[in-house]
Amino acid sequence: MTVMNVRDAINQTIHEAMERDPSVILLGEDVAGGAGTAGGQEAIGGIWGTSTGLVGKFGPERVIDTPISESAIVGAAAGAALSGMRPIAELMFADFIGVCGDQLINQIAKFRYMFGGNARCPVVIRLIYGAGMNAAAQHSQAFYNLLTAIPGLKVALPTTPADAKGLMNEALHGDDPVMFFEHKALYGRKGEVPDGLHRVPFGHARMAREGGDVTIVALGRMVSFAEKAADKLAADGIGCDIIDPRTTSPLDEEAILDSVEQTGRLVVVDESPPRCSVASDIGALVAQKAFTSLDAPPELVTAPHTPIPFAPELERAYVPGPPAIEAAVRRTLDWG
Amino acid sequence: MDYTREGLLRAYRRMATIRQFEERLHEEIAKGEIPGFTHLYCGQEAAAVGVCEHLDEADKIVSTHRGHGHCIAKGCDVIGMMKEIYGSREGLCKGRGGSMHIADTSIGMLGANGIVGAGAPQAVGAAIAAKAAGEGKVAIAFSGDGACNQGTTFEAMNMAVVIDVPAIFVFENNHYSEHTGDSYAVATGNDIASRAEAFGMKVWRANGSDFHATYETMAKLLDYVRQTGHPAAIELDTERFYGHFEGDPQRYRAKGELDRIRDERDALKTFRKAPSTRELLEEGELDAIDKQVAELIDRAVEEARGAARCDPSQIDEDVYAAY
Repeated sequence: MTVMNVRDAINQTIHEAMERDPSVILLGEDVAGGAGTAGGQEAIGGIWGTSTGLVGKFGPERVIDTPISESAIVGAAAGAALSGMRPIAELMFADFIGVCGDQLINQIAKFRYMFGGNARCPVVIRLIYGAGMNAAAQHSQAFYNLLTAIPGLKVALPTTPADAKGLMNEALHGDDPVMFFEHKALYGRKGEVPDGLHRVPFGHARMAREGGDVTIVALGRMVSFAEKAADKLAADGIGCDIIDPRTTSPLDEEAILDSVEQTGRLVVVDESPPRCSVASDIGALVAQKAFTSLDAPPELVTAPHTPIPFAPELERAYVPGPPAIEAAVRRTLDWG
Repeated sequence: MDYTREGLLRAYRRMATIRQFEERLHEEIAKGEIPGFTHLYCGQEAAAVGVCEHLDEADKIVSTHRGHGHCIAKGCDVIGMMKEIYGSREGLCKGRGGSMHIADTSIGMLGANGIVGAGAPQAVGAAIAAKAAGEGKVAIAFSGDGACNQGTTFEAMNMAVVIDVPAIFVFENNHYSEHTGDSYAVATGNDIASRAEAFGMKVWRANGSDFHATYETMAKLLDYVRQTGHPAAIELDTERFYGHFEGDPQRYRAKGELDRIRDERDALKTFRKAPSTRELLEEGELDAIDKQVAELIDRAVEEARGAARCDPSQIDEDVYAAY
């Protein structure tokens, strides 16, 4: 075990994967950073610090700085994967799936199925997402809901350094395309990370806390907010199960249903807007499959149905926070 | 250019197979036997074959919605293709793809594609893999005059030059993007190659309805790409004998246009007239190939009609390798 943050865990995992497997390449805008400048090839090392040191070690043939061309980045990753490689492509902001949507939803997601199971497209698309930097409406969105809805894609959203490593390694060992969502605000989060080839299977939730009175399913950054809310509730003798699904496709339905069958109460916390969200999906799942266990209506704590605003006061109001989660938990208990 | 008898016979067989495959589909679609949208490649045979006759299975191609010709030229199983188009689970893609999504990655055919312009970036990726392998292989994106207007095609050409990979952009200009003329839709006055050139690539142009012209020009292009590892492009002037899709009434055609292009720009007729063909092959040999191909296509249709249908219980197979 080594203590490190999410940023370094991702960096280390990519380093180790590229050492282990010559078919792993990394491509994206500024992943080396500085090509064609006086500062030189490694002037930046990725704006998020997740690709630091890679080009120096593996060279520009495997750590490829691309032009600003998201469709070509994702499309090239697709073509390289169909040709036997394991590309990792970075979308500097997840919002840019609006630019390269076709390659994600009509191409990568469908090859295996359309081609009768005779194609492998093991790409890892890294999507940096989430609000919290006052980056406004086009650089802050939590778009995992859109890609969770697409059959053929897998969607991972790690919240701990260990899971960042474990889920990335799992993605790099599978034969399916993985949409790997990295929350900007979680890069600095520290934790213990197993050494070596640590893998976390998809579709297995992490029980972040066991409390027994109310089930909270929290997505991405919302896990840490749920933990804060649960700390306050614990002072009043209210115990929360906190489930971090880790992947939304596949989704560990069993972990959620098992917990709700014990608690009879569900709160889902989701940074996306409410309509057609992962929160509404999980709410529907529980309503359908754990109806008789419920003692209160499911509570969905989500962002509002608005674009993400710039002004700090407005952005703070946009992101679901611990007080809203605490209030939702208390509402489920008001039903007796 | 030195041709061999074997090479020419092989090329003719491929072109004849494409022609008869497509002519037969035209008939069967009219009978209502075949579901879905089909875009026929008839008329462009020399383009696909003139390019793919230079390739082996380790070279990759990505194709278009009008992909049957590229599939056959790259070596896809013709009976498997016919079964696929009939929607059988014995089809090359188990009946899940249909006409617009035929692929066989085991022979370097990375897929026909229903989205115009989607393939060019994928060819750049396949070219990254070719460069990494270091064996002088190439990746080819077939695009039409329609796809040459998509941003993805521009992005792909620029990226191919920037990262310097052996991607080849083959633009088959059949003069119609769906139902719109190239003189209207291609702002560079029917000239696609100049666009590729503007991205910093070496470009070639050839008559894409003439096998020999395409094959000889591609030989020069491929010598350059395989030796330097740089990307390149070629514009092939060709013709589409049918509409955008089967059922297209083609009211946009000039009077007599279809008769004229069938008369003057038929790749199979042109092939028979070429000096090297006359020198090396007998007419009777080509007639015999036509007959053998006709038998193959008869058999393909017969087998496709009788092939096992898809089972609804298998609808969710192969969405993922593991889920």
